[in-house]
Amino acid sequence: MIKQDISKYKHIWVFIEYENGEVAHVSLELLSKARELAKDLDCEVHAFTVGDKVEQFKDEIFKYGATKFFIIEDPFLKDYMTEPYRDSIVYMIEKYKPEVVLIGATTLGRDLAGTIATVLQTGLTADTTALDIDPKTKNLLMTRPTFGGNLMATIFCPDNRPQMSTSRPGVYKAVEAPVKGEVIKEKFEFDKSKYLKKIVEKIVEEGDKVNLGFYDIIVSGGFGMGAKENMKLVQELADVLGGTWAASRKAVQEGWAPQTRQVGQTGQTVHPKIYIACGISGAIQHQAGMKSSEIIIAINKDPDAPIFEIATYGIVGDVLEVLPKMTKMFKEKLGKA
Amino acid sequence: MHSLVFIKQVPDAAQVRVDYETGTLIREGVPAIINPFDKHAIEAAVRIRDEFGGKVSVICMGPPMAEDALKEALSMGADNAYLLSDRIFAGSDTLATSYALWAGAKKIIEEEGPVDIFWAGKQAIDGDTAQTGPGIATRFNVPLVTYVIDIKKVDPEKKTMVVERLVESGREVIEVPMPCFLTVEEELNTLSFAPLPYLIKAARSKVAVLNSSNMEIDASYCGLKNSPTKVKKAFTPPKREKGEMIEGDSLDDILNTLYEKIAPVLKEMGKVS
Repeated sequence: MIKQDISKYKHIWVFIEYENGEVAHVSLELLSKARELAKDLDCEVHAFTVGDKVEQFKDEIFKYGATKFFIIEDPFLKDYMTEPYRDSIVYMIEKYKPEVVLIGATTLGRDLAGTIATVLQTGLTADTTALDIDPKTKNLLMTRPTFGGNLMATIFCPDNRPQMSTSRPGVYKAVEAPVKGEVIKEKFEFDKSKYLKKIVEKIVEEGDKVNLGFYDIIVSGGFGMGAKENMKLVQELADVLGGTWAASRKAVQEGWAPQTRQVGQTGQTVHPKIYIACGISGAIQHQAGMKSSEIIIAINKDPDAPIFEIATYGIVGDVLEVLPKMTKMFKEKLGKA
Repeated sequence: MHSLVFIKQVPDAAQVRVDYETGTLIREGVPAIINPFDKHAIEAAVRIRDEFGGKVSVICMGPPMAEDALKEALSMGADNAYLLSDRIFAGSDTLATSYALWAGAKKIIEEEGPVDIFWAGKQAIDGDTAQTGPGIATRFNVPLVTYVIDIKKVDPEKKTMVVERLVESGREVIEVPMPCFLTVEEELNTLSFAPLPYLIKAARSKVAVLNSSNMEIDASYCGLKNSPTKVKKAFTPPKREKGEMIEGDSLDDILNTLYEKIAPVLKEMGKVS
C-alpha cells in the first residue's frame, strides 16, 4: 500500500452533481453535513465539479456554505462520462489535496467515485449513512449498511488521503448558511483521442426510473393490491403526501409496476421518514430494502402478515377500502382538498 | 470475442439472520451462491460467445469453497474458470480486491489471450459497494459502463458495442469501444436453464487456481494490512420492535388515529399547509 504524507491534506471537498441546470439535492445535503464535520476538523468546506457550464451553480453553492468552488469548464465535459470526469477531477484533487472528498451515492456518484479512488490509490467507503469525526485521531468515521441492511459497519481510512465516501441521498438535511465564496477555475487539457466512448441517445423517463432514495415518504403497493389498475390508489396517496410510489417484487412480477420502482433485496433500498406498505406481506427480501425507514405503516388484511412485526403502526383491513379513504382524509387534513 | 467475467461467491443474503444477543450475523447453514447480478453477466457473455464465437473466462476471488461458484459458471456455459485464492488476500478492501483481481485477470490474459469485454455485476449483495468493477476497469484503463440493462449491438469488426444503461433520470444508450468493462443489472437478461452439453462440459472441466506462487502479484498491495480502509466496528442495527396495531369502531376512526400519530412528523417535514 502506498502511504501518503497525510499532513499535506486539508479541507473537505463536496462533489456537486447536477442535471438539467440544477444542483442535485444530495450535493446540498452533503455541503450541510460537511459544515458540521469542518467544525470538528477546524477546516473549510469547498465544493467542486466539472462540466460545460458549471459556474452558474456558484450562488447556490455559496448559499449552502462552501467558501470555495473549484471548477473545470469545458464543452467536452457537457455530458457525464466516467473517464474525462475522472481525469479532470483527479487533477484538481491532486493539486489541492483535500482531506475529505464526499460524493452522492447516486448512479453517477458511485460510477465516478470508484474510479477516482483507484487512481488516487486511496480508501473509499460506499453508500454511507452516517459521517463523524473521531475526536482523538480526527479520522473520518464512515458508517454504512451491508448485507441488505442487516449489518452496519463503521469504516475509517487512517493512512491514506483523501478520505473518500459516497453518501446516500436523503440522509442529511440541506440547511442554508450563506457565505461570500470564491470561484476557482482550473484548466485541464484533454487528449480527446483517449476518450472514445460516446452517448448515442439519452432517454429521460419521468416517473419510470426513479431514485427512491430521494423521497422522504414512500407509498408502496404489493400483491394485495390485486390488479394493475389498483396501483393508482398507491400513487394517489403518494401524491397527496408529496412522496413517491413503489412496489414489492411480487407486484413487479405481476407487471403492475416497473422493476425500477421495486423496493427490496433485488430492488432499491430505501430509508424514508414514512414508508406505507399497502397489501405487502413483508417477506424478508422486502424487509431488507425498507426496514430502516423511520416510521413504517402497514395496511394488510392478514393480521398475521410478517410486515406487522416491524411496522410502527398497523392497520388490519383491505387496502382497496382503506387507501381511497385515507387519501381523501389526508388530502383534507393536509389542506390540499 | 473473449469475455472475462468477474464473479463473487456470496452468502444468500435473504437467508442471513441477525443474532441480536451477540450483534452478529448468523451465517451457519446459509447457502453460498453466485452474486445474483454476476449471473446475468455470465449469461450475457455466454450469449455473445454463442453468437459471435470466442470464449468466456470466469474469475472468482475467494476461499477454496468458491470453486463451487466457478463450477456453476461453467455449467452456465463458461469455458474457463479461475479461482484466485491465497491467504495474502484475506481482509482486502475494495481497493486491494480490485488490485488482486486485476493481477489475476492479467495472468488469464497471458494464458487465454486479450479480453474484448470485461464483465461484472453492478454490485455484490453482501458488501453492496459497487466499487470493485470500476476499480478493475480503471486499472486496465478501459472504458467503463455501469448499470447496463441491454446489449443493443456488438460489432466485432469495428470493435465496438452499443449498450443501454440506467442513469438517475432514465436511460442512456452508449457506444463503447472494445475492450471495455461493463457492470450489469438483473434486467439485462433472463437466465436460461443450462443445456445438457454445458453441464457435461462443466463436469469435465477443471477450475484453475491462481495464487502468489503461480502469478505475478505484489503482496504489499493485498490483504487487510495493505487496505486503506479498515473496519472500526461492525454492529447490528437495533431490532425493530413490533409497533402498535391501530383499532377503532370504524375505518374513519382508525384513520383519524393514524393521522394524529404521524401529524407531528408531517408538520416537521413541512407537509401540512
